[in-house]
Amino acid sequence: MTDLLTIAVLSGGISHEREISLRTGRRVADALTERGHTVVLLDPDADLFARLDAIAPDVVWPALHGSSGEDGALLALLSAHGLPYVGPASSSARLAWSKPTAKTLIERAGVSTAPSLTVTREAFRELGAANVLRLILRELGEHVVVKPAQGGSAQGVTIIHDPELLPRAMVDAFTYHDVAIVEAFIGGTEISATVVNLGDGPIVLPLVEIVPLEGTYSFEARYTAGETNFFVPARVSESASAGAREVALAAHAVLGLSDLSRIDIIVDDRGAAHFLEANTLPGLTETSSAPLAIEAAGFSLPEVYHTLAVRAARQLR
Amino acid sequence: MQSANPHVGEIHLDPWFGHYAERATGLSASEVRALFAVASRPEVVSLAGGMPYVRALPEDLVSNALARVMRESGPAALQYGSGQGVPALREQILDIMALEGISASADDVVVTTGSQQALDLVTKLFIDPGDVILAEAPSYVGAIGVFRSYQAEVVHLETDADGLVPEALADGIARLRAEGRTIKFLYTIPNFHNPAGVTLSAERRPEIVRICAEAGILILEDNPYGLLHFDEPVPSALRSLSPDGVIYLGSFSKTLAPGFRVGWALAPHAIREKLVLVAEAAILCPSSFSQLVISDYLSQADWQAQITQFRGVYRERRDAMLEALSEHLPELTWNVPNGGFYIWVALPHDLDSKAMLPRAVTELVAYTPGTAFFADGGGRHNIRLSFCYPTPESIRVGVRRLANVISGERDLLETFAGTGRLTPSRATDSVTAPPPDLS
Repeated sequence: MTDLLTIAVLSGGISHEREISLRTGRRVADALTERGHTVVLLDPDADLFARLDAIAPDVVWPALHGSSGEDGALLALLSAHGLPYVGPASSSARLAWSKPTAKTLIERAGVSTAPSLTVTREAFRELGAANVLRLILRELGEHVVVKPAQGGSAQGVTIIHDPELLPRAMVDAFTYHDVAIVEAFIGGTEISATVVNLGDGPIVLPLVEIVPLEGTYSFEARYTAGETNFFVPARVSESASAGAREVALAAHAVLGLSDLSRIDIIVDDRGAAHFLEANTLPGLTETSSAPLAIEAAGFSLPEVYHTLAVRAARQLR
Repeated sequence: MQSANPHVGEIHLDPWFGHYAERATGLSASEVRALFAVASRPEVVSLAGGMPYVRALPEDLVSNALARVMRESGPAALQYGSGQGVPALREQILDIMALEGISASADDVVVTTGSQQALDLVTKLFIDPGDVILAEAPSYVGAIGVFRSYQAEVVHLETDADGLVPEALADGIARLRAEGRTIKFLYTIPNFHNPAGVTLSAERRPEIVRICAEAGILILEDNPYGLLHFDEPVPSALRSLSPDGVIYLGSFSKTLAPGFRVGWALAPHAIREKLVLVAEAAILCPSSFSQLVISDYLSQADWQAQITQFRGVYRERRDAMLEALSEHLPELTWNVPNGGFYIWVALPHDLDSKAMLPRAVTELVAYTPGTAFFADGGGRHNIRLSFCYPTPESIRVGVRRLANVISGERDLLETFAGTGRLTPSRATDSVTAPPPDLS
């Protein structure tokens, strides 16, 4: 196989994160094109597999954030169609896509995560919303983070420091998905750890510290250049940094992630690292943290994406 | 793979972040706007955008005009032109405005890049930061964006089924003046209002003109939809009642095609002089090519018959939407527009149109939350539905999906009723308008 490939980058889709996916897809395509590959950008629809057949790519790069790309279903279909792709096994993606499942697996592996409760819309209806809310507050305290059980880009996520706001936060999460996860809020340093396997096993790239100007890493803060400052490497102690790296590698391994992942971590005020979320398809937009980590490691984006694509095409994962 | 590395330390993704003008505040990524990206997918029925159904325009009408222009006036079409616009087109625009009772001189017409640019130019001419612009409640999202960019304060005035309420206008002027505020103009869409769908009644028109004249307040009359009436023609334009007190904005975007990007302003001569100068400063001149094609089209084609055909298309779609609303959402209230593109729907007060949008996207239907049409955070309990672009069948599917969305959201809110505050926070999400290319 030649070193230069035909690569189909899939982006767009019909998830809530379509726009972000389009941005990631474009950036990945640009980098791979710069490296010399032939890149075709595809927005998946009913003709996707026919178009893939016509293109006959050496490898597919699914850059589909949100349910259509990250829940593992499309990855399974690509495998069934005999197409190698950049990304984890579909079973791993499925595990990581569900925040409660991922947390459970991580916890069982002995990694610290914020205490949490997974609650369904059905549970609120059957057991009485007031009762469930009371239990949540009693169990987790008044400072909590409410998230839809699936999805990214902080969509449907609310940080609560006033219990009065909890009902609305639940409604906002359930507007995205019928299952929500409520975590105890842990204050500290927000860190993004990018894990990549370029052939010698997974390595953690320099930790990226995230400092949103408005205090919360919201959708707006994530995708408006300048509204978040980043520090690379993160300004935490050596032991905290080591702890965060351990958490990242453990999460990557426990969830069976392969090529590239981003593990979100909080380092609390005592320097302890706690797992927050795993992302099998980290954002690779112009405002995302994973590209910053890659560049801070001294790598170039085209070279890293090239390596991932070639390894996937050769199925060296 | 290793290389020299400047990418460590404190990283600012926008090194110019602290340099933007104050008027750029709020120009941020928006979760709502990102959701609109999904609406462009064919699986989604979009009732959110405002794209005219240009497929109803016979292709040969335009292609013939294009060919003639290139054959007969190619060099002029490809050249810079007058900052005020092509004289022949300005004459033809007079014929169009005459349909709404306007008598004017072509000298006072300024052709612009869509009437949106005219809005921008007028605002640039008149507004200092902090000045007040009066507008209907709700008002056109594109105008609010322009006004915000010039740091105007938009004060919304009560609007009912007959359009802007004159008493609300008079009271608003008195109150603001008593507060020492500077009111620069009234911005109004008198016909088939976007988004409210209402038309200012014939009785109210002279009253509005009188109130503004007595208060010394200029009127900016925005009339892109006036010729798209389904029943009776609209009453005479405000401009016909007050040539010196009204700047009138017109457009070919809805009666021909928005791709030409041609609109116009008709202004009192003193204002017109300045408009031409600011227009030249902004873009030198509007597209000669587009203007000549439109001028040819107007002189060769039966453009009034074409508008009649558009009326038929949009009327059928409005009827489909009204029927679907009656069938699937009988508990809601809405207006019945007699023209234009939009129906303004009032939701029950426990529903928040902006917060509900993700659920709508999941259900593969899109609408525009009412918040887009207010500068003051209002509109949470309204949605704007567009019937201009989707087919009648798609409209029926979309409204049926919308009914599921509303039912699901109400069910959720009922689950949490009595547990605490359910009103969403008024966090700013300033760019909530759909993009112009959204169907």
